[in-house]
Amino acid sequence: MRDIAVVSVAQQQQKALTHTTEVELMVPIINEARGAVGLTQDDIGFTCSGSSDFLAGQAFSFVHTLDAVGAVPPISESHVEMDGAWALYESWVKLQIGGIDTALVYSYGKSSPGSLRDVLCTQLDPYYLGPLWPDAFAMAALQARIMLESGAVSDQRLAEIAVRSLNGAADNPLAVRSSADAAVDSVLAEEPIADPLRPSDCAASADGGVAVVLAAGDRARELCERPAWIRGIDHRIDPHQPGVRDLTRAPSAHKAAVEAGAGNDRLDAAELAAPFTTQEHILEAELGLGSDTAVNASGGALAGHTMMAAGLMRIADAARQIHEGQADRVLGHAASGLFLQQNLVCVMEGE
Amino acid sequence: MSTDPSVTPAALSGEVHLPEKLADVEPVRSVRTPIRLEYDFIPGAASSGYLNAFADRKILGQRSPVDGAVFVPPRGVDPRHGAATPDYVELPDTGHVGGFCVTRLPIPGRDDLEIPYVSAWIHLDGADIGFLGLVAGIDTSEVRMGMRVRAVWKPDDQLGRTAENILYWEPSGGPDIPVTAAGTNAWHAKQITESEEQAAGEGR
Repeated sequence: MRDIAVVSVAQQQQKALTHTTEVELMVPIINEARGAVGLTQDDIGFTCSGSSDFLAGQAFSFVHTLDAVGAVPPISESHVEMDGAWALYESWVKLQIGGIDTALVYSYGKSSPGSLRDVLCTQLDPYYLGPLWPDAFAMAALQARIMLESGAVSDQRLAEIAVRSLNGAADNPLAVRSSADAAVDSVLAEEPIADPLRPSDCAASADGGVAVVLAAGDRARELCERPAWIRGIDHRIDPHQPGVRDLTRAPSAHKAAVEAGAGNDRLDAAELAAPFTTQEHILEAELGLGSDTAVNASGGALAGHTMMAAGLMRIADAARQIHEGQADRVLGHAASGLFLQQNLVCVMEGE
Repeated sequence: MSTDPSVTPAALSGEVHLPEKLADVEPVRSVRTPIRLEYDFIPGAASSGYLNAFADRKILGQRSPVDGAVFVPPRGVDPRHGAATPDYVELPDTGHVGGFCVTRLPIPGRDDLEIPYVSAWIHLDGADIGFLGLVAGIDTSEVRMGMRVRAVWKPDDQLGRTAENILYWEPSGGPDIPVTAAGTNAWHAKQITESEEQAAGEGR
């Protein structure tokens, strides 16, 4: 296996990018990520992106966004209709195969032009669940009800997770929802929006984008003072049909964490892409995170959830803690699908 | 394979065999699951500048900071280099036909469009890429690559913030642009001319 590291990250996130196209959003982000390590597109061996045409409401919208990369003369490039964390995985595989030493990974989501709670129905099966057009918050509330009534979690614990995000996000300029003085009582006093879920249980929807540069071996050491070496990366998937799953669990997250070696040593920090407090609770258990791991110091996805980019943003946030010397071993997590159906775990270390 | 929606697909035309306990239940032979999602599109920064200028009968492009190439409509980026293009350039409403197509089939919902009609890549004077427009005011058989054209605008009191302000492009007379320097060839022809001038300059 080649040693591959995240050497540069850049991201932007706002509540709604009303007067900015996806291309206009990504030009400065991509240039910042490449520029920070002195690279131009000519120096990039492989480029991979993640986004969804269902957010843009336009077929092949990702091809437009390639304008932000600079793809002339033609580049080696790929796209996944998934969170950018999976584009990072594809790039990591490409680097493992060899022949190239650098990769540019980016993803973005602008869900503000449509109704994300409806758009998410298109990820359901088209025969049984899809035609019912169940609101995404209502679906998450079904899971929350099962968890609360089975004793898998308590109202108090969910509120604590919400407060952790609100407080952590107070120092994060990219967060779209934060509160330095939020407390469990104030969260529990909120009126539910999809009973039993309260507003602070549901991620604050955001528009944004993120770009990451990967490099292998000595190239990474040249480009970055303290590369975030990817020591393990793995992604797993649970069944699509929620009726066959135990919705209080996410076995695929557990499996991915084991395969990525998350528990092999102490983790200083973990960044989780959970769009609901209930799911953040499940993830902490499935990933085996202990009290010595700082979870979602940035506020996590709850503080700002850019669909299709939230996972790569978590990996970027975790990697930055290595770059800046705040942590030695971190975990970045990405999720996709209904009820944490699919999970990716990326474990990174500094030298 | 038939594409006629009234013909039952082969997979559904045979007998449906149900388990005994469902014997009295009406068999499901097909389901319809319509999808409708609504989006509110707002043009981005570059497109907003472009569309707003149309209300004043102006056509705006943007200039590449890398090599000065002018793009219309502007998209806020030079897609060859991924470089932001913050500078607008006002372009004239004259240019030439870079390429064209004569269409003899009607477009559903466009009853105002008489067939045959000519859609063309219009390369404005001063722009380095073409954009789409209708060519009229000339017999379709006479339209040709390199033919010079000018915009025919709606009356001033009907102008909006839309590219629909230009009804069509009509011949403006004057000598054609040679095909080797028309349309997408124009940029390459310009590059060759510039490099020859540079070589001549270095030779002095």
